[in-house]
Amino acid sequence: MHNTKSIIYFEFQRTFKMNTQEHLSQLSEIKSLMERSSKCLSLSGLSGVAAGCIALICGSYAWWYVGGNQFASPVDVTNHFFGYPITSRPFIHVVSIATITLVLAIGAAFFFTYQNSRKKGLKIWDASTKYFLINLFIPIITGGLFCLSLIYHGELYLLSSCTLIFYGLALLNASRYTHQEIRYLGISEIVLGLVSTFFIGYGIVFWLFGFGVLHIVYGIVMYLKHEK
Amino acid sequence: MKNIIDNLSKLFESRLRLGIMAILMVNEKVDFNFLKEHLKASDGNLASHLKALEKHELIVVSKQFVGRKPKTTYQATDLGRALFKQHLDGLNNLILNIGT
Repeated sequence: MHNTKSIIYFEFQRTFKMNTQEHLSQLSEIKSLMERSSKCLSLSGLSGVAAGCIALICGSYAWWYVGGNQFASPVDVTNHFFGYPITSRPFIHVVSIATITLVLAIGAAFFFTYQNSRKKGLKIWDASTKYFLINLFIPIITGGLFCLSLIYHGELYLLSSCTLIFYGLALLNASRYTHQEIRYLGISEIVLGLVSTFFIGYGIVFWLFGFGVLHIVYGIVMYLKHEK
Repeated sequence: MKNIIDNLSKLFESRLRLGIMAILMVNEKVDFNFLKEHLKASDGNLASHLKALEKHELIVVSKQFVGRKPKTTYQATDLGRALFKQHLDGLNNLILNIGT
């Protein structure tokens, strides 16, 4: 009896061994199908790198401009900035720089993602892209309006922390619909934003690190992982 | 050993059925064209497998009109989700057992 059992067991093992390769490929196929059908996989790492570079360039320019045409210390720059009435010329200039940065960054992000979707033969606009954008923009717009309200009340000292935290939450919220790295980028931005609340006066440094360096780092990681 | 074989439900023997269930596990509601596009299957083949899954109550089919066009959407049932998960666990265990 025992003998028969072990023979049957052995036979099973043999059949299954032959099928293991097939099962493995079946599992990986299932996994890829689940990803492809529910996630926006066109999002390119280069989008992050480009957005990061734009943030670094424009942010540095703003630093230089507010510092009186030199790279003054972050605390001095912050004090200058806080000193501007919100209807003054320099303040409006800074807001214009910020707006241009945003438009350029979104434009560049879209450009590289569009290229990537063409390269991979994916559809750029499908249900997952739609969900990704909706879930990304709800917290971003909330944060944007909140920041405008802070400016309106003249409470500028938490401005850069707020942009980082809301942006991080937006990424975290949308990450379910794209590559996993976006989730970690989101968490990094949130942590950075929270830490920055304890270093009032160094907002510009945290901002450049969060929107510049982190974008570039995660962009490169994503590029190497998914597009190489 | 017996458990492992039990878990590999006969219902999921076809690749296409596995594919349909995989998509329905991560997408709440999908239409026929969405499935067709991702699975690269022919209309008839896909329809017959969908029928089979519906018959065993692993998926539910709902028909509604969008304007004047009929639109059919598919959704996994709780039973379908549970069985598919069991099937995946079965595959996983099999590979783990043989692998060692």
